[in-house]
Amino acid sequence: MGAMIEIENLQKRFGSITAVDGVSFTVERGTVLGFLGPNGAGKSTTMKMLTGFLPPSGGTARIGGHDIQTDGLAAKKLVGYLPEGAPLYPDMTPEAFLLFIAEVRGLSGAAARARVAEVAEKVSLQKVMRQPIETLSKGFKRRVGLAQAILHDPQVLVLDEPTDGLDPNQKKEVRALIRSMQQDKVIILSTHILEEVEALCSRVIIIAGGRIVVDCTPAELAAKSKWHNAVRIELSSSEARRVESALADTYGGSHVETLASTSGSTTLLVTTRERRAILPEISQRAQKEQWKLDGLHVEHGRLDEVFHELTRAGARN
Amino acid sequence: MRNTLVLFKRELAGYYATPVAYVFICIFLLLCGILTFYLGNFYDAGQATLGSAFFEFHPILYIVLIPAIAMRLWAEERKQGTIELLMTLPVTLPQLVLSKFLASWVFAGIALALTFPLWITVNYLGDPDNGVILASYLASWLMAGGYLAMGACISAVTKNQVIAFVLAVIVCLLFLIPGLPQVSEALSGVLPSEALVEAVRSFSFMTHFGAIARGVIDLRDLVFFASVIGVFLFMNAVVIELKKAD
Repeated sequence: MGAMIEIENLQKRFGSITAVDGVSFTVERGTVLGFLGPNGAGKSTTMKMLTGFLPPSGGTARIGGHDIQTDGLAAKKLVGYLPEGAPLYPDMTPEAFLLFIAEVRGLSGAAARARVAEVAEKVSLQKVMRQPIETLSKGFKRRVGLAQAILHDPQVLVLDEPTDGLDPNQKKEVRALIRSMQQDKVIILSTHILEEVEALCSRVIIIAGGRIVVDCTPAELAAKSKWHNAVRIELSSSEARRVESALADTYGGSHVETLASTSGSTTLLVTTRERRAILPEISQRAQKEQWKLDGLHVEHGRLDEVFHELTRAGARN
Repeated sequence: MRNTLVLFKRELAGYYATPVAYVFICIFLLLCGILTFYLGNFYDAGQATLGSAFFEFHPILYIVLIPAIAMRLWAEERKQGTIELLMTLPVTLPQLVLSKFLASWVFAGIALALTFPLWITVNYLGDPDNGVILASYLASWLMAGGYLAMGACISAVTKNQVIAFVLAVIVCLLFLIPGLPQVSEALSGVLPSEALVEAVRSFSFMTHFGAIARGVIDLRDLVFFASVIGVFLFMNAVVIELKKAD
């Protein structure tokens, strides 16, 4: 059997607007794929086509070998989906709602109830199972949405902005939950939060203007940053002038940047054009010339900066 | 079939999850009572029948009440975004359309069945033809089904329940007025042939409802309601397919 998800030249047009313009990729089991892009880049539209909500205008996708257009029902059985904003029926209780999902997913009676209880425990919903969903907090609502998506232990999990609008603690919980499920599954999640990609994903696809602009690992993405291998130096302001001029002589004035300077302490950033690893030589030199440093760190690259560069370029094309 | 049943159950339970169902049933029963005893002069007529005082008002009553049941069917689903949830579950579009319609139809049936005290009253007071009453109930329920199919279809067009309601009232009205006696008379003056007037009349719910309510269960009347329901449910599915993403 081939890859779990195969997407071939997927396109979606709304009138004269092309939302998704020839997206192709495959995803293997065990992958957590982060789907990044600015708003309106086509992330959600791609996910909506993959999950069978929207029919593609061109191209197709296969889930577990089932074509989403000709064999949609079989494809949908393999997928758990959390739509953007986690829509739910406000009048229902989580219990009634999850039992409904369980029944649609082919469970019934005691088996359905057992599975609902199991999933409710997994996402810590037990306390609110009998309250109407509309009375629940945002965090609980999102958990109901997640519970709904994972109820049938799907092989493919598609999560559209799963942590959007949650507080930091809730974000952490949702991430832990996603991490606990990644084995033997394909998880595709879209997000705006770059730290989430670093924390969760084994692969990143950045989409802009309906096209894929990058498809790599988070580490490779960070390596594209101009700050990759840059060295950050923290020291007292009195020491800063001496060190800064010494570094500027070696690396060029434009490559030594003062990031912050507050109450007697200064942070410098040293970069090279070729993104060379310069930490060893700087630390050697610091010892030799007896610089008094408070901290010396190597930067791995900034995803937000890469993201900005890539999506801006993509939007221009 | 199993999926349709699961969806149907959720949909029907949905009516009772909020006060909407109870309010609706109360108002329906209240209006039935008022129309029957005040406008219909149930007692003064001195007849052991429900026809002229009770069932006669149903076509008009339903114009307002049935769109109120149907307006939320799809509009709310689209407004809440739950349509995306629903349509990415392993169910087919016909199953969804059918289950929603059936749930609303059964709900209307429950409201209708709760008028049974009138039936008991008329049996207590006199000796009515219960066959005719049963046929009238059937006619009323079929008519409700026709209106509901229209309302469901229109509810799929918009996210706004108020718009869905108003549009549905208008469409339901269009399927009623050709059968009103005054309209028929006016039409005979305008249209060149009597056959044409008859053709227009045959599109009215009034005509077919009246026929069955008299106790004559003619296949043609049943086919009429079945086709109206079928056509509008088909259109409902088409509209959803086209507009679900908007």
